[in-house]
Amino acid sequence: MSLEITNIVVETLPRFEGYVYPNESGTHPLWGLLIVLYPYITGLVAGAFIMASLVRVFRVKPLEPIYRLSLLTALAFLLCATLPLLFHLGHPERSFQIMITPHLTSPMAIFGFVYAWYLMAVLLLELWFDYRQDFVEWSQTEAGIPGIIYRAFTLGVNDTSEKAVGLDLKMGWIISIVGIPSAFLLHGYVGFIFGSIKANPWWGNVLMPIIFILSAMVSGIALCVFNYMVLTWVRRRQVDMRCLDVMGMFLFYALVIDATVEALDWLHRGYSAVEGFHVMEYMARERLFYTLSIGQLLVGTLIPLLLLGALQLLRRRVPEIVRKRIYFACAAFILIGVLAMRWNVVMGGQFFSKSLRGVMSYKLQFAGAEGWLVSLILLALPFIILTVMIKLFLSERLPTEGHVPHRVGDGAGKI
Amino acid sequence: MLATIGGAIAGLASLAAARTAKAAVKKVFVATSAPKDYDASKHKWLMCFDVDKCIGCGLCVDACKTENHVPQGPTYFRTWIERYIIKKPKPGSDATRGEVLVDSPNGGRDGFPPTTVPREEILKSFFVPKLCNLCERSPCTQVCPVGATFDAPDGAVLVDPNYCIGCGFCIQACPYGCRFLNPDTRTAEKCTLCYHRITRGLKPACVEICPTEARIFGDLKNPVANDPIQAFISKNKVHTLKPHLGTDPRTLYANLDKEVR
Repeated sequence: MSLEITNIVVETLPRFEGYVYPNESGTHPLWGLLIVLYPYITGLVAGAFIMASLVRVFRVKPLEPIYRLSLLTALAFLLCATLPLLFHLGHPERSFQIMITPHLTSPMAIFGFVYAWYLMAVLLLELWFDYRQDFVEWSQTEAGIPGIIYRAFTLGVNDTSEKAVGLDLKMGWIISIVGIPSAFLLHGYVGFIFGSIKANPWWGNVLMPIIFILSAMVSGIALCVFNYMVLTWVRRRQVDMRCLDVMGMFLFYALVIDATVEALDWLHRGYSAVEGFHVMEYMARERLFYTLSIGQLLVGTLIPLLLLGALQLLRRRVPEIVRKRIYFACAAFILIGVLAMRWNVVMGGQFFSKSLRGVMSYKLQFAGAEGWLVSLILLALPFIILTVMIKLFLSERLPTEGHVPHRVGDGAGKI
Repeated sequence: MLATIGGAIAGLASLAAARTAKAAVKKVFVATSAPKDYDASKHKWLMCFDVDKCIGCGLCVDACKTENHVPQGPTYFRTWIERYIIKKPKPGSDATRGEVLVDSPNGGRDGFPPTTVPREEILKSFFVPKLCNLCERSPCTQVCPVGATFDAPDGAVLVDPNYCIGCGFCIQACPYGCRFLNPDTRTAEKCTLCYHRITRGLKPACVEICPTEARIFGDLKNPVANDPIQAFISKNKVHTLKPHLGTDPRTLYANLDKEVR
């Protein structure tokens, strides 16, 4: 157990127990921290988009204040989603081959197209139709570089007649409808990249895409809660408690389904005594104790489940300030828990040999492509992009009144 | 929306064109190290092992490293040897066998040091040579995102190092641990059956050097007189590694123990 912690904090020599194939016995697993970030970031994208769809498609009115924030969050993270993959490649300069000459039986090749589809045909289009009317307005009122940006983003379509705006709304709705299965596809496909590896009993599992989608929804909603609360705090605005309560409710239900399916996965593996289950059991007990039992299970699942579950029952009796803190803590816990889950899947699957006879320890470095530093920067990057986007597209100075699908009735909590 | 649909159709059309172009380029440029007059469709190579004949001398590993310029170091092998030591069950135990110890120091290249297990505790011990399992349905080929790994018509599974992007997906997908990322070229590497040799009528280096004929290699489409492959298959009950994974390996083993994975 302690070995896992020491390996995260300081460099130790790789250690092997039992027998691992010689080609597996390198100083670090083939896929490192960068590949942990890849499904994490992609999941946040899919989850944040689903959050936005709740407003657009399912007309969940209380969530309107976070509609645009969710979409921008999804875009900021999507722009960074492929960076960890790119940095990890032995030959990043050849990465374009995935798009130009894809091998169509490869999940990784198809992911390139799913990603492109999601970015170009779903997210950017939805945002454009949603913002077009505002861009036209802002381009006339704003000067300087922002004005130029807004003018450029109108793409020359300056028609703000009722008919044109009506078309914007209709298109946004259609794209959202297409976007929901696309978001599932995006992250389900990431799950499939791992789930299709039958060589690895930890990964090769039909439930893997489902688990990835569900955990993506959980993490995406948690990120929206987190971002919303941080943003209102930074702006010294009042949090819309109705919005927060509904987000908390969705977070709770998503977490219940996610935890149930993940538990089912473990139960099924154990009951049917699948090949390699003894290794998985050992990993959960020993090598991944902190990240799986503590990080994923306790911090990321049980504590938020209990707290959010209690709030569903006792919401009216709990004062607002306590509720706010609980929601914020749960969102942060879940974000940590899902990151731990990605670590457990990606690294856990490589900590044991495919000979099923040995396990290895991991030497996590600070510097270097697979080290802490690069991953931390990559994880901070979407937040930086999001900050710029918020400054440009969610600025308090800019008028957004008259924007029907996201207009907030009383103005409270609008960001 | 129309533009999107139009774009998608144009994209699909250009995809087909790109694939055709890729196939054409591959035909001309892909480096397989085979001579120009070699016709891969007229051969079907097969590799067999007689586990009982392997003495763990490690000459095959050394020959492979030398012949193919495999990176030095104990974590890069196109072929390696595993030593299995199966201990007797503990007295009073109702098990058929005791603890199973497996090792492969430096891939077995330098032979094996004497075991520390007392002789009277050993039930049996044997060596198992390993290399690419030449899967009919090779998962490594299936997952390569750019098609740099491909199944040659003659049964060899090859990697084009000039095309590989070094993502490592194939290494993860190989159930047998036969692939590694070459630290110099930063591309995936594996056993090619010494493609530059077999396409010129020679045997792979490991087969050539094996002093006990534990490695048997041949061409199913061109059997020779007293063909060793045919004799091996007809005389032995053969088995493959991890058959439950559905990869359908064409590397066959005789006298394989259930502990070997």
